[in-house]
Amino acid sequence: MPLLCVHDLHVYLGESHILQGISFDVAEGGVTALLGRNGVGKTTTLRALLGLVDRRGTIELAGDNIEHIATHKIVQRGVGYVPEDRDVFSALTVDENLRLAERDTEPRYDLVYDLFPELRERGKQAAGTLSGGQQQMLAIGRALLNDNQVLLVDEPTKGLAPLLVTEVALVLERVSELATVLLVEQNLGVVNRVARDAVVLDTGRVVHIGPAKELLADKPMVQRMLGVG
Amino acid sequence: MSTFLLLTITGLGLGAMYFLIASGLSLIYGLMGVLNFAHGVFITVTAYTLWFVESKIGDVPVLPRFLIAALAGLVVGTVFAALTELVLIRPLYGRHIEQVLVTVGLALAVTALVTAIWGSDARVVTAPAWVGQTTTIFGAHIPNDRWLEIATAVIVLFALEAFLRRTRYGLIVRAGVENRAMVTALGIDVRKAFTLVFAIGGLAAGIAAVLYTLYSTTVDPQQGTSLVIFAFIVVVIGGLGSIRGTAWAAVMVGLVQQYANYYASSGLGDLSVVLLLGIVLIARPRGLSGSFA
Ligand SMILES: Nc1ncnc2c1ncn2[C@@H]1O[C@H](COP(=O)(O)OP(=O)(O)O)[C@@H](O)[C@H]1O
Ligand SMILES: [Mg+2]
Repeated sequence: MPLLCVHDLHVYLGESHILQGISFDVAEGGVTALLGRNGVGKTTTLRALLGLVDRRGTIELAGDNIEHIATHKIVQRGVGYVPEDRDVFSALTVDENLRLAERDTEPRYDLVYDLFPELRERGKQAAGTLSGGQQQMLAIGRALLNDNQVLLVDEPTKGLAPLLVTEVALVLERVSELATVLLVEQNLGVVNRVARDAVVLDTGRVVHIGPAKELLADKPMVQRMLGVG
Repeated sequence: MSTFLLLTITGLGLGAMYFLIASGLSLIYGLMGVLNFAHGVFITVTAYTLWFVESKIGDVPVLPRFLIAALAGLVVGTVFAALTELVLIRPLYGRHIEQVLVTVGLALAVTALVTAIWGSDARVVTAPAWVGQTTTIFGAHIPNDRWLEIATAVIVLFALEAFLRRTRYGLIVRAGVENRAMVTALGIDVRKAFTLVFAIGGLAAGIAAVLYTLYSTTVDPQQGTSLVIFAFIVVVIGGLGSIRGTAWAAVMVGLVQQYANYYASSGLGDLSVVLLLGIVLIARPRGLSGSFA
């Protein structure tokens, strides 16, 4: 049974019908990539799963319907979120950002500091003064602190230098051994490296579902669906 | 010199009360985006509870009687503020215009109700004698209530900062001021923090009400509203959502008001405050500071 089942999900933002009835499953374990050009609704999909935007349709997490549940309760069921723009709290220190994210009685600081030693060294620094890469580490670290069933990760390599992209890819590989990951990612090298399945969106609809490697090997299809390659 | 000192201490005392009221307004706006026009109601509810309780207990010396009445006022005011959030604000979650309108409605309704029951005339409260006496420093005879106002506001300032820096809810409030949605996306029920900031705001405004009652020795249905107008100005000058900024702005407004009333002409104090607001907004459109830094 899939860990996450999305069926006929609709989202309206203002007058626009942004998600027009999307359906897909996320199998337990590993990384499922959510792909598509800019503006097709990938971020909106993650936000809809979390209840951060009004949505219609059914969403099942581990067999339970969560589409009527408030965001904080969905998260408490073991959903971690790494948002597209990091959204770390800039006025809070690194330590405070992590402390705020603690849900479990034994937060996994060992894991987080092992992956990102800098977060320990910079504990007293205001998160707003971190570099983009450091903020991304904090955003990921914050989601790893708790033992989540699924992690929703939105473009973690966006705007990062090539060296950092590789580091994030390594982290994603390691993370996918601990939890199921639904990953929005534009860097197809990273997708190729970490993703098992792929779901492709185009203007609010699902246009392709299949193994990630197969999709990426099909250059014409990648060109048609993602506009790159 | 002694006049200047008296004006300064009085201005600081006034600023202390503005701070107590404005800090809650600022926290509520910063976290929830709601301009709480019902904040004056928290003052009215506390003040009238104080007066009512004091007038009902006889046979008790003035000091304990006042303290009991003040405590009752603070409890009722705080509970009233928390209920305001739970009953009126929460059901309108995400609808800011309606939330603000409902606070305006509550302000009008409570003022009208209090006037209907107890009339529009001021009611007299008996303050402990020490408060009405003066302490002389450098030749200036300073009424004792001013010291009480200043000391209380300083204690509340430090308590608020300790709350914001050292407690989990303080962390939630500071984070929520920046990005409420992300706080909920960490699995935190941010609405509990909403109720809490309303309760804290109601308590701080209630403390201001008790101090103002000591200063004026009366309560009336309008005093909440007039105090809150200046508190709003303080919040705007201080920068929405900042406790330190609010404290500085409250001191500035209190002093300017006192100096202008004395050195220019009585009545010019209020006008000068509006002028100060204009100057600050032109120089620093977002107020003196902008976050809980
Ligand atoms: N608040 C909003 N109101 C109206 N339209 C929006 C809003 N936010 C995003 N959109 C639109 O929704 C579409 C999907 O956005 P998004 O989910 O961010 O796309 P992606 O993450 O795939 O780039 C875009 O066309 C965007 O312009
Ligand atoms: Mg996006």
